[in-house]
Amino acid sequence: MSTETLLKTPLHALHLELGARMVPFAGYDMPVQYPLGVMKEHQHTRDQAGLFDVSHMGQIRLTGANAAKALETLVPVDIIDLPVGMQRYAMFTNDQGGILDDLMVANLGNDELFLVVNAACKDQDLAHLHQHIGDQCGIEPLFEERALLALQGPAAVKVLARLAPEVTRMTFMQFTTLRLLGVDCYVSRSGYTGEDGFEISVPAANAESLARSLLAETEVQAIGLGARDSLRLEAGLCLYGHDMNTDTTPIEASLLWAISKARRADGARAGGFPGADKIFTQQQTGVSRKRVGLLPQERTPVREGAEIVDADGTVIGSVCSGGFGPSLGGPLAMGYLDSAFIALDTEVSALVRGKKVPLRVSKMPFVPQRYYRG
Amino acid sequence: MSELRFTEDHEWLRAEADGSVTVGITAFAQNALGDVVFVQLPELQAYAKGAEASTVESVKAASGVYMPLDGEVLEVNEKLDGSPELVNEDPMGEGWFFRFKPADAAAVAKLLDQDAYDRLIKANAEA
Repeated sequence: MSTETLLKTPLHALHLELGARMVPFAGYDMPVQYPLGVMKEHQHTRDQAGLFDVSHMGQIRLTGANAAKALETLVPVDIIDLPVGMQRYAMFTNDQGGILDDLMVANLGNDELFLVVNAACKDQDLAHLHQHIGDQCGIEPLFEERALLALQGPAAVKVLARLAPEVTRMTFMQFTTLRLLGVDCYVSRSGYTGEDGFEISVPAANAESLARSLLAETEVQAIGLGARDSLRLEAGLCLYGHDMNTDTTPIEASLLWAISKARRADGARAGGFPGADKIFTQQQTGVSRKRVGLLPQERTPVREGAEIVDADGTVIGSVCSGGFGPSLGGPLAMGYLDSAFIALDTEVSALVRGKKVPLRVSKMPFVPQRYYRG
Repeated sequence: MSELRFTEDHEWLRAEADGSVTVGITAFAQNALGDVVFVQLPELQAYAKGAEASTVESVKAASGVYMPLDGEVLEVNEKLDGSPELVNEDPMGEGWFFRFKPADAAAVAKLLDQDAYDRLIKANAEA
């Protein structure tokens, strides 16, 4: 794709001004790193606070008395009993139980739900919503209308409290409407780094002034997609299109925890989402492969696509995400492995440039999550 | 000859007094790669020109470091095992990769000189 056809977020000019190195990502011209560099940006986010432009992600509002009930027909998650002012992780499944996208769902109250979906999937997600629940609730894409900023790291709460002191009272996954610099914003205490922090949905026209104001705080640095990836990988968080896709079910992706109790086979509102039968069967009888954490036992990073073999050299899986963890101080990966090999501490190998790199099946997150639960 | 020579793959070469040649990657290359986290150094053996003798892994991706000329690797910079960041911090000095004995000593002088390499960088920047 040539640069002329790439979309720009409302912060594009600011990224250039800050000296970002821009790359195409999901159809957008996005900052992969700033002059600080991926390693220092990563460490800064863990030590202080990082500001991420995630405006390429899709924001969608669902409205109407039936919105929650309707959305439940597309996700294996309890939306009906999602309290006002709370957010929950969800995924759209297909009839085979595969994952079409993962998303965050917040209950705004007044029969309104607020969704954040992946950039690369947002058009298909919108079509999916229209096709299946378009006659049951209002569906309002906010793709152009709103920007999304993430302020992540241990100092995030202190920084954001200077603009809105009430954020100190929020806990992990709470969601509220707040005025920041005189503008109504949606704010959740969540993120994609494993750190405490916030995601802030702001009208596009006000995004740059809010970003500049946050960046003016001494604790805050602009952080690019490179560090976003290493931060989320250390936190054990999945990246759609890599760690899960339409060919992987939530069970295979080790995301059973995200299937709400109420929607499970023995739950109050069991099933009723695409692929439920397949997913329930897999939950009972097991799966042939599963996503696990993998720690290379040498310094060599093991990258996405690398084959994983057993002691005999038989291929037993592949790496779905891999790289270097600056906080971990070494390489780390996630991969899909034949179920015979998924027990913790099982030793396998990845093939990297024709050589075997030993890997150990490891628990995730690789670096402790530090969410604020009150 | 102690002046530097370069390849189109952004490696630098420095002929040493003993007839060996030291190889590293240029400041331009390390900047393009980003933070280096691992270097797989070559074996002490002969490689043909263009062979992937070494691999440099940055936070972003793996990139090959190619043998600039036919020759035999005599020594590798073992400091890079523990401190791969030397490639970013001092690419033309402490961050050297390996030293080799070229099969044809005269071939080194035929590689790009500083002016030619600077023009290559400029052309890349404008492309």
